[in-house]
Amino acid sequence: MTKVSGWGRAIGSSSDVSHVQSVADLKHILSGTTPRGVTLRGLGRSYGDAAINSGGVVAILGDTPRGAQTLSDIEIDTSRRLARVGAGVSIEQMLQAFMPAGFFVPVTPGTRHVTLGGAVAADIHGKNHHTDGTFGNHISSMSVMLSHGEIVELTPTHNTDWFWATVGGMGLTGVVLEAVIDLIPITNNMISVTTQRTEHIDELFTIMSDSSTDDSFRYSVAWVDMMSKGDAFGRGVLTRGNHASVEAVHDYGDLPSLAYRPRTRLGVPSWFPNGVLNAATIKTFNELWFRKAPAFPTETVENVTGFFHPLDGVRHWNRMYGSRGFLQYQCVVPLNTSDVLKEIMTMMQKARVPSFLAVLKRMGPANPGPLSFPMEGWTLAVDIAVGSSRLSEVLPEIDEKVIAAGGRHYLAKDSHMSHSTLVRGYPHLGRWKAVRNEMDPNEKWTSDLARRLQLVGVSQ
Amino acid sequence: MKNGTGAVGTIVLFGGTSELGISTVAHLLTPTVQNIVLVSRDIEKAQTVEDDLIKRSPQADITHIRFDGADAESMYAVVEEIVSAVGDIDVAIIAHALLGNDIDGYSNPSSVKALLDVNVTATMALMFALAAQMRLQRHGRIALFSSVAGVRVRKANAPYGASKAAIDAFALALDHDLQGSGASVVVIRPGFVHTKMTSGMKVAPFATNAHVVGERAARGISEGQTVVWVPGIMRFIFGVFAVLPRSVWRRLPVHD
Repeated sequence: MTKVSGWGRAIGSSSDVSHVQSVADLKHILSGTTPRGVTLRGLGRSYGDAAINSGGVVAILGDTPRGAQTLSDIEIDTSRRLARVGAGVSIEQMLQAFMPAGFFVPVTPGTRHVTLGGAVAADIHGKNHHTDGTFGNHISSMSVMLSHGEIVELTPTHNTDWFWATVGGMGLTGVVLEAVIDLIPITNNMISVTTQRTEHIDELFTIMSDSSTDDSFRYSVAWVDMMSKGDAFGRGVLTRGNHASVEAVHDYGDLPSLAYRPRTRLGVPSWFPNGVLNAATIKTFNELWFRKAPAFPTETVENVTGFFHPLDGVRHWNRMYGSRGFLQYQCVVPLNTSDVLKEIMTMMQKARVPSFLAVLKRMGPANPGPLSFPMEGWTLAVDIAVGSSRLSEVLPEIDEKVIAAGGRHYLAKDSHMSHSTLVRGYPHLGRWKAVRNEMDPNEKWTSDLARRLQLVGVSQ
Repeated sequence: MKNGTGAVGTIVLFGGTSELGISTVAHLLTPTVQNIVLVSRDIEKAQTVEDDLIKRSPQADITHIRFDGADAESMYAVVEEIVSAVGDIDVAIIAHALLGNDIDGYSNPSSVKALLDVNVTATMALMFALAAQMRLQRHGRIALFSSVAGVRVRKANAPYGASKAAIDAFALALDHDLQGSGASVVVIRPGFVHTKMTSGMKVAPFATNAHVVGERAARGISEGQTVVWVPGIMRFIFGVFAVLPRSVWRRLPVHD
């Protein structure tokens, strides 16, 4: 048994870890006795307990060597702007293959260390959700292996229920072996970015609410200072961008290129002490970050790594929170309830919840996935260090606000919500469970998240 | 399952009407507790104490399971029944025990049997059954209500004290055996507690109440302690008592 934890390192458990290199490996695991079920794991970037399985099997598909088997294949169809991608392929590997061919992934989250399987299971979203939707919106077909070994082909028009139960289904319906995804054509590796400072959260809401402008940017996201109060409450830095034109790159004095050069400059050691990220250091950081941003909208050209995956530049950045780890709180509330987000921020401030990183974004419409998180509205994602005293009391109060406003929480980030919060946030949960039972009648797939929130098992 | 803030999801209380047990459960409640299982001999009586828990945790489901605290052979099935009803057990609190006030060993020697069946034999079987389940889960806490009476047994309540000495010693060894399994045991050693069970009894020094015991026990469960003394000073008093030479111990005014 090996200790496995989520990216936030606040929850962990012991499991039989199995590195899956091929479909045969998967079949071998499934044919064995697994009284505590099997959890599918990619690169372990879900923050909470979605990819851990106390006492059971954790099948890792995230580190398959390229070219070994189907699970790590990438096949680009240039004329149809599509690619067939294996389950274990990461966004980084995709970009390495796609960009020199003049394409970009349809959706990327804030890290490039996410596998295709994880992207489907969590139905990930990125800075382009308001214009392009989720990862699941860009899948034309996928092959999924069910727990009894059968492989089925799912598309949005064929086996619709099974398709949408798997998109966002947290790996609890079957193993996504490979998927065919849409690609975004690009002419170079740069993004034209407009950066602007906003002095108050209301200003941010006003600017981002103007959808005619916001929608003219494919990518849009704001960093928010969770610690600032009064006139500067929720001040932030809004960055919006589009894939740069060749002319823009020339104007910037650069030569257009399609090369992809991800870089990792620093690493955080495993012995990083507790308490370094505290109210004082975070306040200082936020002040610098805010002052660094231009006071008036400024246009620059940035490479994709800096724009999409800045935190990946620091290896093991999750260790900065020390041994107790951290939680990420991510919720979404309807567009007309932006006041609720302000209340939530105030509640966090009152409870002295220090947040190093808070991100605000306007999301576009939801897709048909019953467990898919995004819906039209405002999403706020906040990193919270564990150890701040009243978390177990404050978070449920905040959950209540989110639910009362008609919002919900992201399962790939969650490590605290209650079953009733889940049920009220996802009105189609019952339908998802029914489809799941069709796809996995023996309840082979599970996870600590699934147990905690009764997505599977007893009391269904 | 425990969540990222350390809050538990499923709490099982053996001795569903025990004041100390209920108080401990109440102190473990958070808005994310999903299941409370009250295991008792008398479900009808246990239902009368659940109101307070429902008020505190309206989101939690309360399940009642009947058991015979003297029946060691049924304990495996009882644990199985709980798991099939609610899934993984995060915390199991064992709060049922007999005081044995009615034992008259001199005139009816076999009257000790009922006490030992409940306090030792069946409890040990229950703890093994729980430990087996938690080994499988790779997580979980077993909280045993022991007593300072078992630390150095007095002649005034010799059968009770001896039964607590036995189960307390077993619990600590079981915790040792569970090391590395993800599961663990916490032994709670209260001094004299004002409860219905002790009403009318002679009050000992440093007497405490169910509220305080529940609070300390809940903290010990959450914080991963192995032994919890309530009140804390008992640790020092009984630490001394335990090592006193017999000649001194027998002269102390604590034996009536």
